[in-house]
Amino acid sequence: MHNKFRRIALSLWSFNQSFYPMKILVCISNVPDTTSKINFTDGDTQFDKNGVQYVINPNDEFGLTRAMWFKEKQGATVHVVSVGEADAEPTLRKALAIGADEAIRVNAHPSDGFFVARQLAEVVQKGEYSLVIAGRESIDYNGGMVPGMLAHLLGMNFVNTCISLEIDGNNATAEREIDGGKETLSTSLPLVIGGQKGLVEESDLRIPNMRGIMMARKKALHLVEPVEAPQRTQDQKFEKPAPKGAVKLVDANNLDQLIDLLHNEAKVI
Amino acid sequence: MSILVYAETENGKLKKNALELASYAGALANTLGAQVVAMTIGAENASELGKYGVNKVLNVTQSELSSFNAQAYASALTQALQSEGATVALIGSSADSKYMAPLFAAQANASYVPNVVEQPLSTSPFQVKRTAFSNKGFAITEMSADVKVIGVASNSFGLQEKETACEVTDFNVNLGDGDFKTKSVEVDKVVGKATIADADIVVSAGRGLKGPENWGMIEEMADILGAATACSKPVSDLGWRPHGEHVGQTGKPVATNLYFAIGISGAIQHLAGVSASKVKVVINTDPEAPFFKAADYGVVGDAFEVVPQLIEKLKEFKAQNA
Ligand SMILES: Cc1cc2nc3c(=O)[nH]c(=O)nc-3n(C[C@H](O)[C@H](O)[C@H](O)COP(=O)(O)OP(=O)(O)OC[C@H]3O[C@@H](n4cnc5c(N)ncnc54)[C@H](O)[C@@H]3O)c2cc1C
Ligand SMILES: Nc1ncnc2c1ncn2[C@@H]1O[C@H](COP(=O)(O)O)[C@@H](O)[C@H]1O
Repeated sequence: MHNKFRRIALSLWSFNQSFYPMKILVCISNVPDTTSKINFTDGDTQFDKNGVQYVINPNDEFGLTRAMWFKEKQGATVHVVSVGEADAEPTLRKALAIGADEAIRVNAHPSDGFFVARQLAEVVQKGEYSLVIAGRESIDYNGGMVPGMLAHLLGMNFVNTCISLEIDGNNATAEREIDGGKETLSTSLPLVIGGQKGLVEESDLRIPNMRGIMMARKKALHLVEPVEAPQRTQDQKFEKPAPKGAVKLVDANNLDQLIDLLHNEAKVI
Repeated sequence: MSILVYAETENGKLKKNALELASYAGALANTLGAQVVAMTIGAENASELGKYGVNKVLNVTQSELSSFNAQAYASALTQALQSEGATVALIGSSADSKYMAPLFAAQANASYVPNVVEQPLSTSPFQVKRTAFSNKGFAITEMSADVKVIGVASNSFGLQEKETACEVTDFNVNLGDGDFKTKSVEVDKVVGKATIADADIVVSAGRGLKGPENWGMIEEMADILGAATACSKPVSDLGWRPHGEHVGQTGKPVATNLYFAIGISGAIQHLAGVSASKVKVVINTDPEAPFFKAADYGVVGDAFEVVPQLIEKLKEFKAQNA
């Protein structure tokens, strides 16, 4: 009797698995373009957004493109989310133009990694996503902490510096970059990854076309308010690196001098 | 009060970075009046940590933990933190440590700040200085939770000896199935060669080298120096070199003592990723290449002439200084 019930439950479950496509959430950090000059204002307490172009965090762009592959080849649904103020919306629209189905903006200033992870956890739980694709790090604050903290909050599996990802039913095979090589991991959904270049090749990244941009205007961009969550870190002040002294040029025919400088002056060889 | 250090090992030996973290902890212990406890997994030479200020080593020898698993290692570290009642934990910047750190910090309800470049500026309130904006700036960050997890940037503090009586004890970790839901299937790693993360010297080359067939001299120069090889982004995008060698803002960060940039123009994204290196040497045909503005030493010249000569001179130098 017990066993029979289990069998029915199991077959219903696998029916559900094949019937409902995988739901993927791609986490998008809205960051200054890589060519941006970095300046600070308000007595060096704020990042100066003046004249700065914002883009999808490069690591997230690789993840979004991989998500598009799961959508096209495996029928997945792809939503994107950003914790940010209204100025994050053009970046979310760009993700919609690239092909995401819906976007969510959590209306809060993303000032602390734990706070952001807590907001994202709420979105993942409500939306019942089984795969969360985030980036290894955002190129602005370089925390590299949101995906791991999110995985912990949700009790999901986690693979960082992920350079390839295959999903088969509930099983996942991922590769991650390690120092001096790579490691292949086997894990299962629900899963969070911290992705980067390698998930797809540079040449596969998509630039939104006219049709995508038109369609993106009609797609849903949901606005949700943040939940209460503690801030565990606070940036108090910013500094720029000290200006660099002039380069010492060595004549190409006098390389002994270079070796001498590296040995006796810089003391690095 | 105690400070917990996660001292990483490789093939049973402490990594150099573990000694740097111990040194950092030793200095911080003086400020805080704390003792330093290190947790290490399968270190044969654990007592060496005593040279750098560690009072006590918790050595984990369980076979389930003999190879890296982020979740299980995070649990181990959380248990070590709790059993010692530590309020500050120090983690390095290797790929493994950066994978584990957020899991550990979340488990420990801690404030976590990575890429910290010096001793805390103040301990009450607790403030640290870290790189931000891909090395284009620094942030002074306050850590407000009771437990603080500090990710120390590689090569930012160096080694500082502090001879200390050090006790090594076995530490047993309670592990559950939940700790092993992600399993390693295969590790594909270059052996016997320095990695970008660990090397003191990195020899890096760019599109100026014209094609993959010309990397022999780069490899040779790296060999002589015991250096790791690296490359600019287009070089890996073109498939001339493996992706793992791509350094810069969207590749690996480099924080070595010495960085050679050969035939690399010095685009802002490249510089952002390598500027934490202490001494930079540029070899480039174009005297206007932007990299010269960010370099310490420069040679204006053709890599195909300069590098082979430099290799000969380095060989002579090594022979004399061996
Ligand atoms: C979003 C984004 C992210 C990026 N991230 C990165 C990154 O992380 N890392 C990165 O490296 N780039 C990155 N880039 C690319 C970056 O903008 C540059 O295009 C790239 O760094 C240039 O590589 P290079 O210097 O090897 O090539 P080039 O710019 O083509 O420079 C080649 C140099 O070699 C010199 N040269 C030519 N022949 C010789 C010779 N015989 N001997 C000596 N010198 C010679 C030339 O004078 C020139 O300075 C990024 C770009 C974007 C848009
Ligand atoms: N404000 C945010 N909104 C959505 N996702 C974010 C946000 N901040 C960080 N992430 C995700 O977490 C990754 C790592 O970011 P970080 O921990 O800030 O370095 C990014 O690549 C994003 O995928």
